[in-house]
Amino acid sequence: MELETLQTIWFILIAVLFTGFFFLEGFDYGVGILLPFIAKEDRERRVVINTIGPFWDGNEVWLVTAGGAMFAAFPNWYATLFSGFYPALIVMLVALILRGVGFEFRSKSENRLWRRAWDWAIFAGSAVPALLWGVAMANIIRGVPIDRNMNYTGDFLDLLNPYALVCGITSLCIFTLHGAVFLTLKTLDDIRQNAMNAARKVWVPATLLSLTFVAYTYIETDLFSRLGINPGIVPVFSVLALASVVFLLRNNASGWAFAMTGIAIAFSTMTIFLGLFPRVMVSSLDPEWSLTITNSSSSEYTLGIMSVVALIFVPVVLLYQGWTYWIFRQRIGTGSDLEY
Amino acid sequence: MDVLSLARLQFAVTSVFHFFFVPLTLGLSIFVAIMETAYVRSGNERYKRLTRFWGNIFLVNFAVGVVTGIVMEFQFGLNWSEYARFVGDIFGVPLAIEALLAFFLESTFLGIWVFGWDKLPKKLHAATIWIVAIASNLSALWILVANSFMQHPVGYRLSESGARAEMTDFWALLLNPYVWTQFPHVVAGGITTAAFLIISISAFHVARGKEADREAFRKSLKYGAVYGFLGTVFVTMMGHTQMQGLLKHQPMKVAAAEALWETENPASFSLFTIGDEEKLEDLFSIRVPGLLSFLAFNSFEGEVRGIKDLQAEYEERFGPGDYIPPVAVSYWSFRLMVGAGTLMLVIASLSLFYILRDRYDFPGWAAGMMSWGFVLPYLANSSGWILAEMGRQPWIVFGLLRTEDAVSPTVAVSRGEVLFSLVTFVLIYLFLTAVDIFLIRKFALAGLQSPESTEEGGRDGA
Repeated sequence: MELETLQTIWFILIAVLFTGFFFLEGFDYGVGILLPFIAKEDRERRVVINTIGPFWDGNEVWLVTAGGAMFAAFPNWYATLFSGFYPALIVMLVALILRGVGFEFRSKSENRLWRRAWDWAIFAGSAVPALLWGVAMANIIRGVPIDRNMNYTGDFLDLLNPYALVCGITSLCIFTLHGAVFLTLKTLDDIRQNAMNAARKVWVPATLLSLTFVAYTYIETDLFSRLGINPGIVPVFSVLALASVVFLLRNNASGWAFAMTGIAIAFSTMTIFLGLFPRVMVSSLDPEWSLTITNSSSSEYTLGIMSVVALIFVPVVLLYQGWTYWIFRQRIGTGSDLEY
Repeated sequence: MDVLSLARLQFAVTSVFHFFFVPLTLGLSIFVAIMETAYVRSGNERYKRLTRFWGNIFLVNFAVGVVTGIVMEFQFGLNWSEYARFVGDIFGVPLAIEALLAFFLESTFLGIWVFGWDKLPKKLHAATIWIVAIASNLSALWILVANSFMQHPVGYRLSESGARAEMTDFWALLLNPYVWTQFPHVVAGGITTAAFLIISISAFHVARGKEADREAFRKSLKYGAVYGFLGTVFVTMMGHTQMQGLLKHQPMKVAAAEALWETENPASFSLFTIGDEEKLEDLFSIRVPGLLSFLAFNSFEGEVRGIKDLQAEYEERFGPGDYIPPVAVSYWSFRLMVGAGTLMLVIASLSLFYILRDRYDFPGWAAGMMSWGFVLPYLANSSGWILAEMGRQPWIVFGLLRTEDAVSPTVAVSRGEVLFSLVTFVLIYLFLTAVDIFLIRKFALAGLQSPESTEEGGRDGA
């Protein structure tokens, strides 16, 4: 295959990995964020954690795979992004560390203080990345100071511009909503009711912020000019999907509501990658200095090898991850037989 | 400290910490799978309780291994972006494959194993932990394929501008001879690490634990002793083979590990050396004549090249520069690894001796050695990696890229960021280690009927 074709394929694959990651880990983050608020009793909290217990670790591997794929397919993207967004990445890693061990350590002692502390670690470890992913995506599309040698020349505060912060708070709200809707699908009784109430409450800022973000994107980035005035079905559908959630919840259609928050997340991620293509990171200093799939990519041979590996194993992963959701498809409540 | 040193220290801290947890995951996953298989085959509830007991310890350890592993995935971007740009075409591939082929399997099936006790048929449930065990060790394979390229680059060419190394032969990368000595050595190290913890905790319960638990822990000790003996013998053999491979691929590392300044034939083996790294000479040394040649070539004759000659050779090959790794660190980390390994062989043999005679009334000294032996694999694992990485210096990719040229230009201008992240990682990792030790100790001491064991485990344990 031609080098350009392979580069496009890998751009798409990485977009797919991030889309999958945000869709799956999105509700994990949401559940973590809601944990201290919608469940007060210890056993209720266990139920809330158990809704994602069998899945969250597998979901997080989507990120590790996306990171590995960037490294292998577009080494310059990997190098510029992670050396540039350095302090933000450190904060994110610390959050992911606390969250990951929190799920495991929480139940290992009966002590009340111990459990409370880990609950808040799970909360912070979920909220911080949910916010930072929005900040990161906004900066990637808006552009950051990148010099002619592909090195980031800004500092941490450059990343915290108003546009990126709006996107961060938006992603925080959308992931929280996604998690709340997920909980209405997976739980029973009181917890389900609490999740339903939480979803309705979060829906308001999530939708308003999304609209603000779309307008802000129009001003701050070249995304819409690149996609054309009619940006196509993808971003439009993303906003419509989000708007529909509250009506679906009102009719007790949790499954549809979850599909809609999922579509909102997936389609907005896709919009960002569509607007980015064929660039992978935008330089705010000079358009010539932007990283593209051409100047960031690995060799034809490497991309070819990677394509064969992905072609065989991505479907396998999807199959067995799908099987996990099938095994643990039942709703759980405080009366269920909980592991731990 | 300059930025380069801080970045190196950060890599050392994050990788050594990560590798505190990895070997136990590698070895204990297999052991838990063996226990559950024994349960499924025999129907004996004792094995089920042992599966839950070791499974709990495995999970606590696994969690820390995973989160410290995520940090490693991004380390190459954070502080080593020039490295990432130079080798991404090659090095990124095994990392991506590791995530796709191994890490996905490991994480997904572990989730099924933990929560699926009453949702899956027994045999299928046992199969899930085998998948976790195989995937964990497969994960180590891909990481070591990546590391082996840094040690002994194969299957590549330099790009026209020389700005990066490009892969030309994926199979050469995979069949790199370095991989196939390093990988078995690491897997055997993992088995040994797990076995010594199993021996330690089981011996404690056999001697001083609750009466009701004793029979089960005798079984556990039996399995553990055999597992430990096989692991230690295998790790020693593979270590020996690896050292012989190093003589071909990285003779400088061997010379530094031996503090061998001059080329010798036959070469002597140093038992204890205090040297002067500036003048490249011994201040004091006790040596066994001919032993190094014997270890290297299985014969008391054979030339082992010394540091000075290799330095001269490398200057000719790579231009002027200092090609000598830190000798004292290499030398002592090698001594520590081999010393710990030798002691482990003694303890493993001792444990095997007792269990083969079905004797569980160990004398105090033997019980002491078996109980505290679990520290040794940790010393050996860490010092082994320190030797592997320090002995390669000044190179990050041997012969191709120097460590000093690999650091991110972005951190070169912001020393504060590196320092801040280093301190953050050290603090959080110390905290994690403390919690990990606290929890493992708690579970270990509680024995089989711990209140934290699951309701089901509690029921059939009552």
